[in-house]
Amino acid sequence: MKLLLKGGRLLDPVSNRDEVVDIQITDGRIDRIAASVSAPQGYKQVDLKGKIVAPGLIDIHVHLREPGFEHKETIETGCASAAAGGFTAVCCMPNTNPAIDDESVARYVHAKGKSVCDGIVDVYPIGAATKGRKGTELSPMAELAQAGAVGFSDDGAPIASAEIMRRALEYSSMYGVPVIQHAEEPTLTQGGCMNEGTTATRLGMPGIPPIAEELMVARDIILLRYTPAARYHVAHISTKGALDTVRAAKAEGLNVTCEVAPHHFALSEEAVAGFDTSTKMNPPLRTRMDILALKAGLKDGTIDVIATDHAPHTIDEKEVEYTQAPFGIVGLETCVGLCLSELIGNGVLTLMQMIDKLSTKPRAILSLPAILMKEGEPANITIIDPGLEWVVDKEAFKSKSKNTPFHGVRLKGKAIGIINNGKSTIG
Amino acid sequence: MKTTKVIDSESFRRTVNRLAHEVVERKKGTENLVIVGIRTRGEHLARRLAKKIEEIEGKEVQVGILDITLYRDDLRGRLDQPQLKSTEILFDVTGKEVVLVDDVLFTGRTIRSALNALTDLGRPALIELLVLVDRGHRELPIKADFIGKSVPTSLKQEIRVLMTEIDHEDAVVLLETEGDGKESGQ
Amino acid sequence: MKLKSRHLLGLDGVSKEELTLILDTAASFREILDRPIKKVPPLQGKTVVNLFFESSTRTRISFELAERRLSADVVNFASSGSSVSKGETLKDTARNIEAMKIDMVVIRHSAPGSAHFLTRVLDANIINAGDGWHEHPTQGLLDMYTLREKFGTLEGLRVCIVGDITHSRVARSNIFGLITMGAHVSICGPTTLIPRDMEHLGVKVYHRLEDVIPEVDAFNVLRIQLERQASGLFPSLREYHRFFGLTKEKVAAARKPITIMHPGPINRDVELSADLADGEHSVILQQVTNGVAIRMAVLYLLGTTN
Repeated sequence: MKLLLKGGRLLDPVSNRDEVVDIQITDGRIDRIAASVSAPQGYKQVDLKGKIVAPGLIDIHVHLREPGFEHKETIETGCASAAAGGFTAVCCMPNTNPAIDDESVARYVHAKGKSVCDGIVDVYPIGAATKGRKGTELSPMAELAQAGAVGFSDDGAPIASAEIMRRALEYSSMYGVPVIQHAEEPTLTQGGCMNEGTTATRLGMPGIPPIAEELMVARDIILLRYTPAARYHVAHISTKGALDTVRAAKAEGLNVTCEVAPHHFALSEEAVAGFDTSTKMNPPLRTRMDILALKAGLKDGTIDVIATDHAPHTIDEKEVEYTQAPFGIVGLETCVGLCLSELIGNGVLTLMQMIDKLSTKPRAILSLPAILMKEGEPANITIIDPGLEWVVDKEAFKSKSKNTPFHGVRLKGKAIGIINNGKSTIG
Repeated sequence: MKTTKVIDSESFRRTVNRLAHEVVERKKGTENLVIVGIRTRGEHLARRLAKKIEEIEGKEVQVGILDITLYRDDLRGRLDQPQLKSTEILFDVTGKEVVLVDDVLFTGRTIRSALNALTDLGRPALIELLVLVDRGHRELPIKADFIGKSVPTSLKQEIRVLMTEIDHEDAVVLLETEGDGKESGQ
Repeated sequence: MKLKSRHLLGLDGVSKEELTLILDTAASFREILDRPIKKVPPLQGKTVVNLFFESSTRTRISFELAERRLSADVVNFASSGSSVSKGETLKDTARNIEAMKIDMVVIRHSAPGSAHFLTRVLDANIINAGDGWHEHPTQGLLDMYTLREKFGTLEGLRVCIVGDITHSRVARSNIFGLITMGAHVSICGPTTLIPRDMEHLGVKVYHRLEDVIPEVDAFNVLRIQLERQASGLFPSLREYHRFFGLTKEKVAAARKPITIMHPGPINRDVELSADLADGEHSVILQQVTNGVAIRMAVLYLLGTTN
């Protein structure tokens, strides 16, 4: 591979570099970064005027569904979807069948990632926090970490027992691997299928109260204060109250981080009004007030990461009564467009901050090596066209599933290519 | 659009009077007689006729109003849904001699609908048809028993009956139109 | 004038003009119900299926009568003994039935939004006969019709809905429709049976009957379901009756008689005392009669437009 990226705007949060450069890449390695590089013989030149050259993006919250639910997604289709969305790495959640609760499954997932899509997307498994994600016994965390697990979570379900959560925090702290909580107090959410509030009241729909999330985050923060060596990460934070709790805990100096999913800042509960099951996810779409709070949290840094909670389900699974439909939507291929459309140019984030939350910060939280945009380093790059206007077409998704509420929505900005592990999707 | 007045207000009055006399004469009185008007203009015509007959005979004549919307054979083909109104016939029609009243007789489909609607209400001894204007072009084997005026028309023409109860005057006018006049046939 | 939608999914978002059209049309059908021959031909040749996934004898019979009186061909489908019990999805069930050339579907289902769901998978006109806790638009309409018949207008009328609001589609349809028509709607029930942010729907919320009795012209009393007690939402039927059950003694405090409505079936002497249910100010049986006229109006208005 011999590439010359001409005239792109390099945005690198690690070095805080923001300048228009030419980048020469040879066999997966960055040879030269300079204001102007003239192409030697045999290099394919790519004009990137007006485009952004960023360190490769990572989505730390993805459901790849393999093993066990290959009818929804496979590691191969999931990686293809990630690549199309501009991600050079994904972290996959352990709610597979069998769950990623022992090292053989973790190794299988990690290795499978290398064998699909030319290995252009790195797949990092997140291990189950408890055996079978049942919430009763700790998983073999040390073995899982050794097999490549970068975090522990029972995602899809909360670690509900305070005792088990305490032990998970204590045990994982030995390996510096964070516990990722799907924050939901389950006794408050039985039967719920959308945010409890005005819209649910209007639609006669059983609600999921925001306090179910807030209560669990508050409890976990108290546990974290008791086990300060641990690292705690809140998955898909969605309410103002939970965010305020995280903000206070951060101010206190606790090891807490959190992520937000694009749909939670792009859509409110009112989107549920037509009973379209592609608006059903957990946590549910919240209120406009929550959206404002989430944007403020992104801006002030309380929210560290943007992650999609990519949750593929087949048409047959989703085309049922709203209350019967499974939670979740696909997100990999709409993430960059939603971030650029919703967060950039309106004072929420700068492009540099956005790249930080999609690449640098999540890698740091999961102790993955930083991507260095320097000569001699491996090229791990995402190229974004911030001005490209496009209409979301679910039929064009690389993902096996099409469950998105954004079909037909016009977005501004799109990832147009990635480079990783000596492979490239551009040119 | 070219319009011709076929009946002016003065001859309108005379025509109604003549029709009232004809009914009384042929019926030999008002025994068992009821008058049923088809909404909307047939209703007003029926009331005027009843009033006139009462003047002539000195006896009250019962008047009913028939809404035929539910019986139309073109109910589903139309872009604009006709407003359904009530049928107001507060007497039992069984055994009665009914004079069914409408303003214009054209294709005959309205009368067909009205006959079905009327017979769903009971079994009249006799039904006769009275119209102010017969403009021809029948599509069903129906003819009127009492006719105010026969007006030969082409299908490009439209007959419009105006009555002071809902319009500004009493008159019958003939309009030249572009299309097939049968769209307003019912 | 005709309805904007070719389906009736709920009263939320239906305009005052449309509601008035339905009520006026129902008045015409109400006259037909008093005739010796109650059958009229406008839906001749149309086939209507009553798709009932929840048992409801009276709503189904009311719809069926309305359909037959409009001369439609009627097919009844009840979930018991059907393929639904064999695990067939709603989508497959509905599509199979439509493949038999159905023009209109009346659906009763326990899931909110199930009528909306059918509009996405079928071409037929869909009428919601109750979807979970969401809406029961024809019940809302017949309640409005009954009130309009009694009071002449809904404008400024003070109506209180009493009971389990959270789980009540009847309450929601009444609230949406009555507010659109300019009535003042209040609700009264235990806090655990009133959903959050109810005020945002434009109603006044009460928790004590004695506070609301001097303020209303009519009560619409909802059926209290025993299973709500099991899920911890109220302690006992005895306590419910004592504090939220309407009795002659309680309504005696009103300055003028209060009209009593109930969507049925009544738990006598639980949410409503027998003497009130059968009393001179009860319009419960008129509601049932008017229900047929309302359903005829809805079927007619939806079934005869293109």
